[in-house]
Amino acid sequence: MIKKKEVEKLAELSRIEISYAEKETLTKEIESILAYISEIQKVSSDILASDGQLLTNVMREDKDPHESGVFTDVLLEAMPKEEKGFLKVKKILNQE
Amino acid sequence: MSIEFTTLSLAELVEGLSSKDFSARELSEGYLKIIDDKNSDVDAYLEVFDDVLRQADKADKRLKRGEGSTLTGIPIALKDNILIEGKHVSAGSKILEKYKAAYSATVIRKLKDAGAVFLGRTNMDEFAMGSSTEHSAFTITKNPHDMTRVPGGSSGGSAAAVASGMAPVALGSDTGGSIRQPASFCGCVGLKSTYGTVSRHGLIALGSSLDQIGPIGRTVSDVELVFNVIRGEDPLDSTSIPNDRYPREVSQDTTYTIGVPRGFFERGVDREVLLQFDKTLKELESKGHTIKDIELPNVKYCLSAYYIIMPAEASTNLARFDGVRYGLHVEGENLFDDYVKSRGRGFGKEVRRRILLGTYILSAGYYDTYYGKANAVRRLIKDDFNQAFDVSGDGVDVIATPTTPTPAFGIGEKSDPLSMYLSDIFTVPANITGLPALSVPMGTVLDKGATLPVGFQITAPILCEDRLFAIGKSIEQIH
Repeated sequence: MIKKKEVEKLAELSRIEISYAEKETLTKEIESILAYISEIQKVSSDILASDGQLLTNVMREDKDPHESGVFTDVLLEAMPKEEKGFLKVKKILNQE
Repeated sequence: MSIEFTTLSLAELVEGLSSKDFSARELSEGYLKIIDDKNSDVDAYLEVFDDVLRQADKADKRLKRGEGSTLTGIPIALKDNILIEGKHVSAGSKILEKYKAAYSATVIRKLKDAGAVFLGRTNMDEFAMGSSTEHSAFTITKNPHDMTRVPGGSSGGSAAAVASGMAPVALGSDTGGSIRQPASFCGCVGLKSTYGTVSRHGLIALGSSLDQIGPIGRTVSDVELVFNVIRGEDPLDSTSIPNDRYPREVSQDTTYTIGVPRGFFERGVDREVLLQFDKTLKELESKGHTIKDIELPNVKYCLSAYYIIMPAEASTNLARFDGVRYGLHVEGENLFDDYVKSRGRGFGKEVRRRILLGTYILSAGYYDTYYGKANAVRRLIKDDFNQAFDVSGDGVDVIATPTTPTPAFGIGEKSDPLSMYLSDIFTVPANITGLPALSVPMGTVLDKGATLPVGFQITAPILCEDRLFAIGKSIEQIH
């Protein structure tokens, strides 16, 4: 059972503002989706104990970077707020 | 232009261009004219590029110099989640409505090298989350076979564009069936190739361990031609398969053993769809293929595993859209408020739902219950398929199912998210296992007075796309 309070917490963790009405519907919808996907709990844990890792992360080698500055203008242009070649953001430290 | 080019295959178009029966400009003008006539009804394109004729003129010059390549002068439509430098790419979302791509996807680079002409970007469910294109933030695409029905999704715009003759071929992306399901609903051919065959560099990510870009076309040969252009190792996608792992020669077999997992679709499949499927199997048998019943014991858990893995990956991938560096920015009282407002207004309902679900699934207390278990089940399902294909035993060459349990459903019919999710049941296994799968039209069915196409899905072992094309062509001869 998922509660409305949990949905509120999830929205906060996800950094998404949702309306009061949507919290209600989301709680019901997530509840029904969770009920469906919980089907997976029926798979015996014994079978799973022998399981090896199927997927591994593959990282790109950290070499051959592109030439410095070639994307600067286009990236700056995409920024919502930009000043003198810098991305402008709000203060992240409160003075309180 | 008097020539009926919409009935020609890509190979015939290439031939027509190189023998100067028509120019690339005439061909593109022809398609722009059809788009002009039809797009306001079908709503397949979100944008038609303003430089189509300039691209076509370039192709004509190239052809004149005798430097034409595989697709020189061939128009192609692009799903709105594939980056093309300098053009708007929105993934069907308000959060990227004004975004212009800073670079081009690898598939775009390859198509450009081959001389393709990009027509425009096609509508899709927001961030590819959906099976009907109804979750687009901009418009609902209609099914050209019945305008009251959905074209499928999430690559619904691409499939509808091809089905209505507004493009000879299109690119889509497939995370849980997003190429094959709309291809099935619109009467097109759609390929989701082996995971890692087509570079994901420049594709706006949904579920990174599942996503593949692939072609939607009118014929198997058209889809094969485009696949051969876009596939291959790419240093910019670290999960792309090294070129030396590809089979050296294409199989010369002409008949195959086709496995049918009856237990998987004994319930919930439309009777007419099943009839059409069985009829196609019989025809394949009469063409010399062998039909064999098989079992995939764990495949029944596939959709559950998928709706755990995909939202988990999506919630992670979509964390990058924060209203700070690019995309929609909504001003709040503080930085946190900027985030929640930008994401709250930028993301649509289905995206918000899946991000919350993914966040729940990945939270510390539930990680093992859901995500850990889903990954283990993924392994079991992969083992089931490997066993079915087992070459040392009496394994089958390919596996066949209907592509979808029903023909195209009505617009607004599936308002409950879970009922929408269930329409992916037969397409999801190929993404969970990484196996290649093709949807080919298997005739039509009658549903509430409408005659609608339905698809036959073939799944093959890793890197055995050649079998899909061979059997796909057999099915085309039947219907």
